[in-house]
Amino acid sequence: MSTDLPEPEVKAHYDVVIIGAGAGGISVANTLAEYGVNVVMFDESSRPGGQIYRNLETNASKLTRLLGRDYAAGKKILTTFRNFIDKGLIEYYPKAKVWYLNSDNEIGVSKSGLSYKIRAKKVVIATGCQERPMPISGWHLPGVMSLGAGQILLKSASILPKSTVLAGAGPLLWLLAYQYRRAGVKVEAIVDTAMPSPWWSTSIHLLKALVAGEYLFKGLYLMLNARFSDVPIHRSVTHLKAVGNQQFESVSFKCNGEHYQIRADTLLLHQGVIPGLHIAEAAGCRIQWHGPQQCWVPVVDKWGKSSQNHISIVGDVSGIEGAKSAALSGKTAGLRLARELRKISGVQLGRLSFLSRLSRRRHQAIRPLLNVVFRVPVTYLNPPDEVVVCRCEEVTAGTIRGITKQGCMGPNQAKAFTRCGMGPCQGRMCSSTVEQIMAHELNRSVADIGRYRARPPIKPITLGELASTFSSPES
Amino acid sequence: MFQLISPSLVDEPVDLIEISINQSQMSVPSAISVAAALLYLENAVFRESPVSQSPRGPYCMMGVCFECLVEIDGERNQRACQIEVYPGMQVVIESTTSSSIGAEEEL
Ligand SMILES: Cc1cc2nc3c(=O)[nH]c(=O)nc-3n(C[C@H](O)[C@H](O)[C@H](O)COP(=O)(O)OP(=O)(O)OC[C@H]3O[C@@H](n4cnc5c(N)ncnc54)[C@H](O)[C@@H]3O)c2cc1C
Ligand code: FES
Repeated sequence: MSTDLPEPEVKAHYDVVIIGAGAGGISVANTLAEYGVNVVMFDESSRPGGQIYRNLETNASKLTRLLGRDYAAGKKILTTFRNFIDKGLIEYYPKAKVWYLNSDNEIGVSKSGLSYKIRAKKVVIATGCQERPMPISGWHLPGVMSLGAGQILLKSASILPKSTVLAGAGPLLWLLAYQYRRAGVKVEAIVDTAMPSPWWSTSIHLLKALVAGEYLFKGLYLMLNARFSDVPIHRSVTHLKAVGNQQFESVSFKCNGEHYQIRADTLLLHQGVIPGLHIAEAAGCRIQWHGPQQCWVPVVDKWGKSSQNHISIVGDVSGIEGAKSAALSGKTAGLRLARELRKISGVQLGRLSFLSRLSRRRHQAIRPLLNVVFRVPVTYLNPPDEVVVCRCEEVTAGTIRGITKQGCMGPNQAKAFTRCGMGPCQGRMCSSTVEQIMAHELNRSVADIGRYRARPPIKPITLGELASTFSSPES
Repeated sequence: MFQLISPSLVDEPVDLIEISINQSQMSVPSAISVAAALLYLENAVFRESPVSQSPRGPYCMMGVCFECLVEIDGERNQRACQIEVYPGMQVVIESTTSSSIGAEEEL
């Protein structure tokens, strides 16, 4: 396979650089390659596929079947991607992390301990999403992980918890419950934190979602699968806590007025996913608050163009829409770039992108329903005083509340007062909570409160790498 | 706390390789992340938090949380979830709380 061949040397100038090899980025690359545009792609992981198609190229067929049909469906775009790499149209660099991007299209990327500064005419950000942090008491204990982490361990290492509790809400929770059941994992309980949503808004969104009926069908199938397994399901749970001394030991919660305590090796938490915006922000792309999704998203047009004309943003980093939509947004953005690079005409652009845009609209139809059904309960946005919010600097919700009462005006000032958001994760694990606590305390909207400013390097690089940064010879 | 998937669910037996953890030789599956390898070896605690020295282990497995920092081949503070094991790799876990690996040498 071409991963074993020596990789091409990084050059100083490219027409199109794509950051991220998930469903979105790969679709941009495949589309551009189809129209004869050479692209280069950097991805931090060792293998292409991103979150949903993680290790799909290398996983055994039995495991692929176990993970389900949506996982196996990625084979098509991955095969096309490999063909274009072999033909030399796509230059793909795995294990290459992008740590810098500015509004002049200068990109800092580091690979194998060396760092390069390169330039591109067009940049595509396709860096995906992360799970929304779910701050509860004890969530920093070893043994408490995110639900996605449990899935990553299954997809990329074929390892499974010996006993676990799945807690939180969102489609991924029911998907992992299904995958774990098939893999024979002992799930001690599913602790569902979703609260009943108002029937009228659910019904309206349900009607609208009928055009994307396959999602409804799949959701129902996954939930029934869990319902008819022997795993106890606790619904509308409150007062969720992880308990343990040096390590996670048990989870406690309330359900229907009763108190529960369940022992397990691991606790996997999930509260949906949110875009990872550090790169887009560092490059000066405009960001706005998305009320229904309860997160920040970049401002993009229907072609994926950001407020910076030469930067496109596709896939889940442009707003949470799922894998199919990510691929379609990638295709549309790819066609638009092919037009800008004069590989296709305006008429062709309209014709070729029509079906992708239409199909994406259909996939988007499920989102309003998911936003209502899995709306994050306030307690995970604005947690009780004792909960650690910033895990790196160990700042509690109470401290953030305290400084807000004393007149702290926003997340960036909170950084200076408490060091929250100044640790190695650069605020990725606390920004969504800090904004919410301040907004609740001041009775203002999160859009007013604002967010941490992202500063480069947006991924950690060593001083050695920084010192070695060089611009490759022009070629 | 973690174990390999049942052999009946994979096509071929898993290849094992040797890496060194706190100077003890350990067998772990090939082509997995250092963090996955440590969890497979029943090691949940990777380090202590700098502020209160409380035990910490990996949370996200996708490079976001920075809870999985260990020393790899002499380079400190590496995200164990983002680096794959290879034969002969030297991993050092700095936690003193409950790391079971390499504990014998210290006794
Ligand atoms: C943990 C997790 C598990 C998920 N599992 C599923 C699932 O099973 N099914 C499903 O339908 N959806 C799943 N999702 C939702 C998923 O994000 C989308 O369905 C889909 O993967 C989106 O594709 P994408 O191309 O936008 O982003 P992704 O697939 O996330 O791809 C982004 C890529 O960008 C790379 N990257 C990020 N930052 C950098 C950087 N600075 N430098 C270089 N490379 C970078 C990453 O390594 C990654 O490969 C999951 C999400 C998460 C967070
Ligand atoms: S486990 Fe989160 S960065 Fe490694």
